Amino acid sequence: MGRVTVKEERCKGCGYCIEACSSANLYLDRDKRNKSGYSVASFKDDEQCSGCALCAEVCPDVALEVYR
Amino acid sequence: MSAIAEKKVFSTPQVLKDNVYHFCPGCHHGLVHRLAAEALDDYNLATSAVGVIGVGCGVFLYDYLAIDCCEAPHGRAPAVAAGIKRTNPGAFVFTYQGDGDLAAIGTSEIIHAANRGEQITVIFVNNSVYGMTGGQMAPTTLPGQKTTTTPAGRSPLNDGHPVNMAEIIAILPGTAYSARVSCHNLKGIRTARKAMHRAFQAQVEKRGFALIELLSACPTNWRMTPQQSLQRMEDEMIPAYPLGTYKDF
Repeated sequence: MGRVTVKEERCKGCGYCIEACSSANLYLDRDKRNKSGYSVASFKDDEQCSGCALCAEVCPDVALEVYR
Repeated sequence: MSAIAEKKVFSTPQVLKDNVYHFCPGCHHGLVHRLAAEALDDYNLATSAVGVIGVGCGVFLYDYLAIDCCEAPHGRAPAVAAGIKRTNPGAFVFTYQGDGDLAAIGTSEIIHAANRGEQITVIFVNNSVYGMTGGQMAPTTLPGQKTTTTPAGRSPLNDGHPVNMAEIIAILPGTAYSARVSCHNLKGIRTARKAMHRAFQAQVEKRGFALIELLSACPTNWRMTPQQSLQRMEDEMIPAYPLGTYKDF
């Protein structure tokens, strides 16, 4: 099982990670905004995440860390 | 609970500082910074590297990478880098330039640095527009592309044609490595990482001048969402700027 942590202050909500995730474990949380005012990506832990780290590889803001 | 300890499978490169990027959402500059940081880490160059930064959105590289940096005037980064490398042969010297900087203002410097075979590495970020100054036409702007200075779209008849720098640099004898890669999808990013390592290796092994051109998105100045800009890269940019390695050592 994998786990993703989002560094919320780095995230700008571009959504590249959400498209890259094959198990739909990431979503854009419209209710949560960081200091810069961006909606940030959030991790939904339903034990489907394989920890493949594709989300982190495409993240242009280096906002994700992946554990497996 | 599993007894197997959890392992970090993706972490930030060591040479990349904690500072939050100033780039717009969906901009690929941050990704290119990370690829450069990974290559610096992998070749253990953090203490010997000097980054020479041109003018453009990438100008604050010194805020993000924990290495020595030098700011060059518009387009002159290859000339400054050549000077630093010749006086400090032990240093690893690279430039970080955008398309307005490298392909317009600094065409002379980049051509002659490559022709002299300067032992430097050039990271060239091509997003087909002047980003920092507000979205004017660059030499790399595609025919038909709307910018603030070509509101009806770039007309080759009036405004000229896009410039393919990776091919131009590849034909010069001093060049050891020249490649064009793209950041628009995972496969592109993985190829880009390998190409970035190869461009660094060229200098580490004293093979000569190395250039890596990275196609990247500028959603703000393209007036698009990040997702639309990735699609545009695939549909419009890559056909005009074919990916590939044009010269290898």
